[in-house]
Amino acid sequence: MFLYLLRRVIYTLPIMLGVAFLCFLLVHISPGDPLVSILPPDASIELQRQLMTLYGFDRSYFEQFVSWIWRALQGDLGTSIATGRPVADEVFRAVGNTLMLAGVATLIGFFFGSLFGFVAGYFRDSWVDRAASALSVLGVSVPHYWLGMVLVIIFSSWLMILPATGAGPGGSGAWVWDWAHVQYLILPAVTMSVIPMGIIARTVRALVADILAQEFVVGLKAKGMTDVGIFLHVVKNAAPTALAVMGLQLGYLLGGSILIETVFSWPGTGFLLNSAIFQRDLPLLQGTILVLAMFFVLLNLLVDVLQTTLDPRIQRS
Amino acid sequence: MTDAHTPAAPKCPPSPAAAEAAGPSASAVGSATSTATTPVTEPAAGFATAATKVSDAHSPALASEPPIVSVRDLTVTFNPGKRPIKAVNGVDLVVRRGESIALIGESGSGKSVTLRSLLRLHSERRTVIGGQIDIAGHAVLSLSNRALADYRGRVASMIFQEPLLALDPVYTVGAQIIESIRRHEKISVADARKRALELFERVRIPSPERRLDAYPHEMSGGMRQRAMIALALACRPQVLLADEPTTALDATVQIQILLLLRELQRELGLAIIFVTHDMGAAVEVAERFAVMYAGRIVEEGPTREVMHNPRHPYTLALMQSRAHGAMAKGARLASIAGSPPDLAALPPGCAFAGRCVFAEPRCHEIQPDAVQLSELHRARCIRTDATAAGMPRIEPATV
Repeated sequence: MFLYLLRRVIYTLPIMLGVAFLCFLLVHISPGDPLVSILPPDASIELQRQLMTLYGFDRSYFEQFVSWIWRALQGDLGTSIATGRPVADEVFRAVGNTLMLAGVATLIGFFFGSLFGFVAGYFRDSWVDRAASALSVLGVSVPHYWLGMVLVIIFSSWLMILPATGAGPGGSGAWVWDWAHVQYLILPAVTMSVIPMGIIARTVRALVADILAQEFVVGLKAKGMTDVGIFLHVVKNAAPTALAVMGLQLGYLLGGSILIETVFSWPGTGFLLNSAIFQRDLPLLQGTILVLAMFFVLLNLLVDVLQTTLDPRIQRS
Repeated sequence: MTDAHTPAAPKCPPSPAAAEAAGPSASAVGSATSTATTPVTEPAAGFATAATKVSDAHSPALASEPPIVSVRDLTVTFNPGKRPIKAVNGVDLVVRRGESIALIGESGSGKSVTLRSLLRLHSERRTVIGGQIDIAGHAVLSLSNRALADYRGRVASMIFQEPLLALDPVYTVGAQIIESIRRHEKISVADARKRALELFERVRIPSPERRLDAYPHEMSGGMRQRAMIALALACRPQVLLADEPTTALDATVQIQILLLLRELQRELGLAIIFVTHDMGAAVEVAERFAVMYAGRIVEEGPTREVMHNPRHPYTLALMQSRAHGAMAKGARLASIAGSPPDLAALPPGCAFAGRCVFAEPRCHEIQPDAVQLSELHRARCIRTDATAAGMPRIEPATV
């Protein structure tokens, strides 16, 4: 098991390097001068040169890449052009916020998605199944920023029971798990959970229907297992795939929540990316993308390892 | 019942020797059919002597006992409403303690459906079951859900055709056996595991301790089927239902599994109902044959009598369509013309009449009653005499 883990970790190294290279490349081939946003329009050529040298933009792409990677490995992602603060600090604060939001959203989505999926799979072709399926299709296809705004109108504007935006009274840095803070999390998390809920519900429904049609379920009945006992077998058979889908969803939510974080002014990575793009803050943009990509890779690794321990048929070699 | 797992139980000869012994007996059966005119009384083939031994050992004491399995007028209809499929149409079956019977027939003859009805394994929503099933004092068709679950596996249990599909892939075989034991008995995990180990030794799985912790996909086909048998016997059932247990195995393993089943049946006093389309396999285990066609038992009787002296044209045709030792090289294998009837639109008369060489107009109109040919031998046909007489006339074609 330890050797297997080690091997899996080593396998991810080239993937990480490739991802880092891609994100460096994408940021640098995109149009726009990074220094435009901080230089006054009438800045002299001399000053421009000076800043270019300071940020290293005058060196070759290869040199820039190597030095960026080298420093990134030591935890230094550079300095934000817009704010002058270390990128690593900005990114990790945002990642913490996003991780919290995405984690809660995925848990909500996984719980209700599995619930709907199991009910639909067990009572296939009944009205319960159709209702659950309709709900999950709605979840996948409804525009989330729109849903977010509708929720804000209902719960913040009309009912006035939940705050509309922000991450709590203390700003983005001082999160505590109490009602004063958690109430800020509810609307964005619910809005965001609709995506994984729909996908997980559809996956679990297909899984459960497939498992129930297998001969071993008849075998379990034949040895006298009750419905509850059989249900536990179905859960264990469905778990590896359902968890894999959940892991991937968490990965998507980590990076793909720009719209929701913007609607709710949630100080997460999506929000950060958004502002980095508009301010042409290359080091910040690069650093954020890199950290998100690394999270995605690690999450995949985690899911793979988890799946292997749950499903004995997946070979560890 | 007797304790099935006492260590004092006699150990059997190792399987290779037993498999060798079975070889000649199987071919003897084959050649016996080609000389079908031999009197029924002749003590010839190896399987037959084995079968006689079993019935000798059991019948005097058990003849008066009520049968352990009693099925009366069983009907199974799938998909009721739109286009009902009548898979089983009035099956009567009696099996005594310690007796083994083979349900024989082609695909779609209703043999597996009949077998699965005995555990009520069909979907309740899409199946209508009629008639009566009594197994060891349980009126199976009227059991509550809870009582049904208690009955399954403990009174009657089942071996499936493909153990790889019938075992849960994400649990070890040992865990599945332990689960089954603990479902029916209040017993600690350690004790249940001990019993699972004994079962594995009993079905002769090498290095049983290690194999208990194997997943189904890690075992070979023969090992898996042995594990399946161990699972089926885990709660000491009285009736063992075997649904084509050797069909998915290769020939040498088949023989070993059949011998194991026969041996367990004798030692544990099990009643076995064995579903197969392979007569060579059926002969190895069954004392009695019940031949099914279109959801009915068309002929039933002691194995030897049915094999040597079939009285239903379908049984006769089945016997003739087997490949056996006496076949000349290059000879064509006889086959039954036509195809089985549509179970959603059964003819009013005998279902086999359309393919039968002995059929006369009457056959298409009325459902034939069972004709009692000897004490235990019955056939549902109005031309049983023609069938008996017609046998030598058709015979030369196959030799």
